[in-house]
Amino acid sequence: MIEDAEVLVVILVATLRAGTPLVLAALGELIAEKAGVLNLGVEGMMLAGAVAAIIATLGTGSYALGALVGMLAGTAMALLFGVLTLSLRANQVAAGLALTIFGLGLSAFLGLGYRDRPLEGLKALSLSGLSDLPLIGPLLFGHDIFVYLSLVLFAAVTWFLAKTRGGLVLRAVGEAPEAAHALGHRVLAVRYAAVAFGGAMSGLAGAYLTLVYTPMWADQMTAGRGWIALALVVFATWKPWRVLLGAYLFGGVTIAQLHLQAQGVAVSSHILAMLPYVATILVLVVIARDATRIKLNAPAALGKPFDPGR
Amino acid sequence: MKSLRILSAVAALAMIAAPAHAQEPLKIGFVYVSPVGSAGWTYQHELGRQHLEKTLAGKVKTSFVESVPEGADAERVIRRLAQEGNRLIFTTSFGYMDPTNKVARSFPNVVFEHATGYKTAKNVGTYIIKFEEGRYLAGLVAGRMSKTGTAGYVAAFPIPEVIRGINAFTIGMREVNPKAKVRVVWVSSWYDPGKEREAAEALIAQGADVIMQHTDSTAPVQAAEAKNVFAIGYHSDMSKFGPKAHLVASTHDWTDYYVKVVEAVMKGQWKSQAFVGGLKEGMVKMAGWGPMVTGDVKKMVADKETAIKTGKFAPFQGPLKAQDGKLVVPAGKVMPDKEILDMSYYVEGVEGQLPKK
Repeated sequence: MIEDAEVLVVILVATLRAGTPLVLAALGELIAEKAGVLNLGVEGMMLAGAVAAIIATLGTGSYALGALVGMLAGTAMALLFGVLTLSLRANQVAAGLALTIFGLGLSAFLGLGYRDRPLEGLKALSLSGLSDLPLIGPLLFGHDIFVYLSLVLFAAVTWFLAKTRGGLVLRAVGEAPEAAHALGHRVLAVRYAAVAFGGAMSGLAGAYLTLVYTPMWADQMTAGRGWIALALVVFATWKPWRVLLGAYLFGGVTIAQLHLQAQGVAVSSHILAMLPYVATILVLVVIARDATRIKLNAPAALGKPFDPGR
Repeated sequence: MKSLRILSAVAALAMIAAPAHAQEPLKIGFVYVSPVGSAGWTYQHELGRQHLEKTLAGKVKTSFVESVPEGADAERVIRRLAQEGNRLIFTTSFGYMDPTNKVARSFPNVVFEHATGYKTAKNVGTYIIKFEEGRYLAGLVAGRMSKTGTAGYVAAFPIPEVIRGINAFTIGMREVNPKAKVRVVWVSSWYDPGKEREAAEALIAQGADVIMQHTDSTAPVQAAEAKNVFAIGYHSDMSKFGPKAHLVASTHDWTDYYVKVVEAVMKGQWKSQAFVGGLKEGMVKMAGWGPMVTGDVKKMVADKETAIKTGKFAPFQGPLKAQDGKLVVPAGKVMPDKEILDMSYYVEGVEGQLPKK
């Protein structure tokens, strides 16, 4: 019994860990999309953040600085995307895909000299007394700092979108940019800020991978997590709490199937590998099955360039 | 992709610079399934390619395309390499088998060498390393070093190549510790550091204190290091990623084979064959011994290595029982190569059921 409970705790802790990069990247993309900008370059921004973070941390020994540099790298990538799609009004889908391809190449190039330099890796918290409590200790106090940070950021994004004037402006810009413009809001400035925030969050998600999750640099180590984050935003119908639910569900089913296998449960590994995708999509579709409400949630001006001079 | 472009640009420049070669260098293309990186399956092939450039400088012109997904994309890449005038193309992953054979039919004058597959044609040869010999030796080490008697195996896909490795490792481990068990987790990917790490942790949570892998990243070794258990590297020496965990690595060395094939093609003596090489041919090597492995363990491994090289011993020799207790190789017999290549069942000592494909 106790052993089962301990394995369950291991699974839950791993679930939070596996879900964290998805939460971070998806929340960032959610803000960008709420402002009407579809940035498909999440994977590329994550990779840029990942490689920049580990280079900074290997150079300085500081994980905080690494995370910051990762965020800056993601932001720089996002601003590049912003110049193309917001100022030059390039097609957002094409520019986003290009950003991913650019990020793949750039990160591989920058990371050339860092591929066989593993990092110690940021350890999980260990609060004397608290983290050692049976079961509850590891569950509440046994995570790394990024896990807590992602939850704080989740709360902040939720609060910002729902309760603040800034959130209202952001949503207005994503729903009806012309109207927002007529009211005197600077549509492009808001969109730039939203895109930059998305980049910073993707960069942080990437930094999590290289500083904590698998503390090393390897080419393309995001392994598609950026695309999963993108899909989560849509399936969560642009609601932060559903993004959180989707990310943990995805992470949880992934982890659970690995543990099932380790215990010798005989299910096709292909079905098990598919399960996280199916389960996450099913649950999010079921809780959002009302088509009109999905339409209501989708930012009306998503993916459409805005020309303030027109 | 980018690497190919840069390489071909460099190659083009080289051609302008030195047009008066007596004999045109042999153009050779490599197709890799993952990024080159600094360790792993693809990296070992890349070492082979670099070795060609060094030892046959001026006589060969090599290029590679990395991260080519298995399937339709591979066919496009292989076809383009053939169209670009490569006269010898190495396709280095199992899933390139059908694309390689398909392209080979349209380019009868190009030689194709496909790693780990089983389909040959007039201009398609296959080559494979008996990595099971390295796996078996690693199993001996694991059997001696494990305290719990349970090893965890992070595996990619349930194909014969991987199953064979699991079995050889299990046979080795149980030779030293007849009660040893091997648990397997399939991650359904050759390369996903995050998932490989989580798989290793799941195995450790189930009592495994030696982690073995058949995937491409160093994440399982790192996971073992973080959890204070042992790990065995695969493809490359991975000791940098787990100095306290890394017992040894079973590594591949393709360099001699590649030189041999290239020289045969140059002399016009190349013939399609299904080449199998192991410890004896110098293609499997144990490397990166950790300081915790004692001399007598190393000696045991060295003795077995000699026995395999001289043909006195084979990992898959009888009496050998399948997981369900059925005798698959009677005492005194050695499993034929064909059966080893097609292996699709677990041997005794592997826990859990083999997933259906």
